[in-house]
Amino acid sequence: MKNTDKIKYERPIIKRLDAGIPNKFGLRTEYTPMTHIDNVSVKSLVAEFGSPLFVVSEKTIRNTYNQTKRAFTLRYPKVQFAWSYKTNYLDAVCHVFHQEGSWAEVVSGFEYDKAIANGVNGKNIIFNGPDKSESDIEKAINNDSLLHIDHLDELYMVIEMAEKTNKKPKVSIRVNMDTGIYPMWDRFGFNYETGQAWDALNKIMFSQKLELMGLHCHIGTFMLAPYAYSTAAYKLADLALAVEKKFNHNIKYIDLGGGFPSKNTLKGSFLPGNDSNPSIDEFAEAISSALINAGFHPEKLPLLILETGRALIDDAGYLISSVIANKRLSSGKRATIIDAGVNIMFTSFWYDHKVSPAQPFTHYTEDTVLYGPLCMNIDVIRENISLPLLNKGDNLVISMVGAYNMTQWMQFITLRPKIVMIDLNGKVHLIRDSETNATLTDLERVPEHLKKFDL
Amino acid sequence: MKINKNVSISENGFVFNPTTGESFTVNPIGVEIINMIKMHSPEEEIKKFILEKYATDSSGFDKDFYDFIQMLKSYNLFDEENEENEN
Ligand SMILES: Cc1ncc(COP(=O)(O)O)c(C=O)c1O
Repeated sequence: MKNTDKIKYERPIIKRLDAGIPNKFGLRTEYTPMTHIDNVSVKSLVAEFGSPLFVVSEKTIRNTYNQTKRAFTLRYPKVQFAWSYKTNYLDAVCHVFHQEGSWAEVVSGFEYDKAIANGVNGKNIIFNGPDKSESDIEKAINNDSLLHIDHLDELYMVIEMAEKTNKKPKVSIRVNMDTGIYPMWDRFGFNYETGQAWDALNKIMFSQKLELMGLHCHIGTFMLAPYAYSTAAYKLADLALAVEKKFNHNIKYIDLGGGFPSKNTLKGSFLPGNDSNPSIDEFAEAISSALINAGFHPEKLPLLILETGRALIDDAGYLISSVIANKRLSSGKRATIIDAGVNIMFTSFWYDHKVSPAQPFTHYTEDTVLYGPLCMNIDVIRENISLPLLNKGDNLVISMVGAYNMTQWMQFITLRPKIVMIDLNGKVHLIRDSETNATLTDLERVPEHLKKFDL
Repeated sequence: MKINKNVSISENGFVFNPTTGESFTVNPIGVEIINMIKMHSPEEEIKKFILEKYATDSSGFDKDFYDFIQMLKSYNLFDEENEENEN
């Protein structure tokens, strides 16, 4: 008999039946194979681009963006998104957001230059972060970008640069505050409760050299409490109204940063994130009500800016991986080794990512630990997952990996893989090539006296 | 290799061990293997049967077969006394 005439092989397993209580492996994970992403077969993607492979769905980005935007525009008249570059600054991804109307939100000179190179007009770039060099600031001033000042040293530097450039820089301050959330992020910006923020606003207004445009905060990431945003919105509105009262100056915008959760499941949660994380509508409701009720004159309602990162891109990213081997650990536990490790998927430290086999399987499962390929103990993609019986060479799709992985990934032990984007017509585009040894060694130099050796 | 004779296995893969009160599920290929062991088929014969029926290779199956037997042992489904008597 030819191999193709034979029955599809599944390894024999025996599994003890425990009386109905969900164990630490959780409830059933994912019981439909994910054979296609946006109608493109996973097997064909692997055949063409190799494994592991990141896949970005243009359709999902656009849908998620439009749903999120709608949640806000339904409730508040003036809304602007600014794409948080650090969340995913692949140019192709940024272009999708810019086509949808997002400004750029950047936190370094590198990201700033990337936004400019992507064709974003300087006045639509928000420049955040504690580390802006003199030349970064000068560039931002000359391009009319929105400088979000983080600390007093920066404020004085911007005032100096204003004198030097003879321009009136457009500035905002970043404010930190108690929103009832622990831990409170107080390392960025000026504190609200202690009066630092009010002091900085006075300094800006009295200097007369800067144009105070807005107020900014970013209260945390993967926030599960919509009420924290209404507290933040009230506090920024309070500052804006105080500026208006004292200086008769209108604050043009209130920027509430990012921080909405995606549908991922945080490690240690009992329920999947899909069922338990608050929806965008709940955040939109909390923020819009706070701003509408805050006491602004209806004609002077500030623009609401959102720097949403994670919640807009997580769903659109997939990582395709392949099974390298199956093992039995000394404890009796099943282990499966795949070719994608924490070096390219560091969100496995935060989330219990959804993992789906990419080929049909039976309903038999085993409780498994899913290891990456690195020769490092920390390389664990899922500590406990109930998986169907996978054979060497089978493919898996890890879902909701669009945020932070493609920017915070590390070149460590292995080279970083290709990234493709599936467009609205199902066409696949390579948007970042895989690295080669030369990508790295081109940057290295071996001193002359070390070049030769005999072994 | 001898499965404890009190252990019952149904066609759809439900295994019950009355000695311990534990029950298990086994997938179809596992049922075939357990039944062959119950019929005293030697290891070689079991392997030959599986390799002819399923799309797998000998080294791949060897590893899985060994693993499966280890799991049966760890669940005390083998009749170890009997095995000793036989030796
Ligand atoms: C200033 C600022 N804005 C926006 C974001 C995006 O946050 P998130 O991905 O949680 O929406 C971040 C992330 O750290 C940030 O620091």
